[in-house]
Amino acid sequence: MLILLLEHLSHYTGLGENKVAATYEPIATTTLGSAASSITFSSIASTWTDLRLVLVGTNVSSGYMWILRLNSDSSSNYSNTRLYGTGASAGSGRSTSVTSAWIGDSNLNNSTTIPNLSTIDIFSYAGSTYKTLLSTSSTDLNGSGNVIGFVNLWRSTSAITTITLLNDGASNFAAGTTATLYGLKSA
Amino acid sequence: MAVTKLTMSGFTAGSYTKYDDFLAGNSAYIPSSFESIATATGTGSSGTITFSGIPSTYKHLQIRGTILLSSAGSITFTWNGLSSNYAQHSLRGSGTAASASGSTARSSLDINLGGAGESTNPYVSILDFHDYADTSKTKVVRQFLGYDKNATGGEVALMSGMNTNTSAISSITFSSNANFTTGTSFALYGIRGE
Repeated sequence: MLILLLEHLSHYTGLGENKVAATYEPIATTTLGSAASSITFSSIASTWTDLRLVLVGTNVSSGYMWILRLNSDSSSNYSNTRLYGTGASAGSGRSTSVTSAWIGDSNLNNSTTIPNLSTIDIFSYAGSTYKTLLSTSSTDLNGSGNVIGFVNLWRSTSAITTITLLNDGASNFAAGTTATLYGLKSA
Repeated sequence: MAVTKLTMSGFTAGSYTKYDDFLAGNSAYIPSSFESIATATGTGSSGTITFSGIPSTYKHLQIRGTILLSSAGSITFTWNGLSSNYAQHSLRGSGTAASASGSTARSSLDINLGGAGESTNPYVSILDFHDYADTSKTKVVRQFLGYDKNATGGEVALMSGMNTNTSAISSITFSSNANFTTGTSFALYGIRGE
């Protein structure tokens, strides 16, 4: 057994300054203290490979769908294909040349009391090709609801530096709505 | 038992901070449960991308893929070089209808269930291999995938696939009858369990 006695130890950096960068890392979280029309993540560094966004919350008014815009682009550069189950039937739809990516309940079941959950995966967000997003929306209102899978396309080759979450109409996110942005870094 | 004492001899003059632990005021390093193992990108001249030598030290694997091809083509995957005994089932949305399909006795599993991969609008896929190293279990994979080409088509789907072989997965190969462009990347992650 070796006993090492240290006196007057110089500043020891230890592992803290040499730790491996996290692979799945929270970048930012916003929890609304009061209702707001949008939630924005800006100045997103190009450090990671993919982004993942988790949005949980309610709306001030029901009957609106959550959407997102990238780099503040509100032109008709988005499109989506979706697969949904309503509890009574399954269906699919497509929207072309629209002004946002669809991430919420496209059957407009957003509630003012029961949270909706949306997860959005943005692949190769800092690359120079068009951007494809995979997302899910889950709404269950105990008697109605929808589960939806979306694939969204943003026809831009720009790196994504800003993500803005919105409703598609005149509704605000309610207080308590939380959005968390994660970065995933590959080797 | 050897005892070593470090004294001031050899230290330069100055003030030093004494810490009571080896962290020395730094945060503890906590290894991640979600680790990047490897990334493979397309070259533009090959329709094959392989992860090999996958360690068995994780509990689950996840692959996240962004896929572009040099021309319209198929995108499939296999593991451990197996070319038979795959089965897959899927729930698909084409933009006009929801549908389900299944097939057995396959030589590979599909990524592009619907339209062909191409050079402009990326196919994306998240593949989850649970208990990939457990040799007592048939290997099952879950996939969430999609592509959208605006007015010319798109598909979003959930897919499950399996192979009856119970060997631990040590290699995974993606294949196309076109070439994977340099805009293609597959990232392999390992997820640790308790």
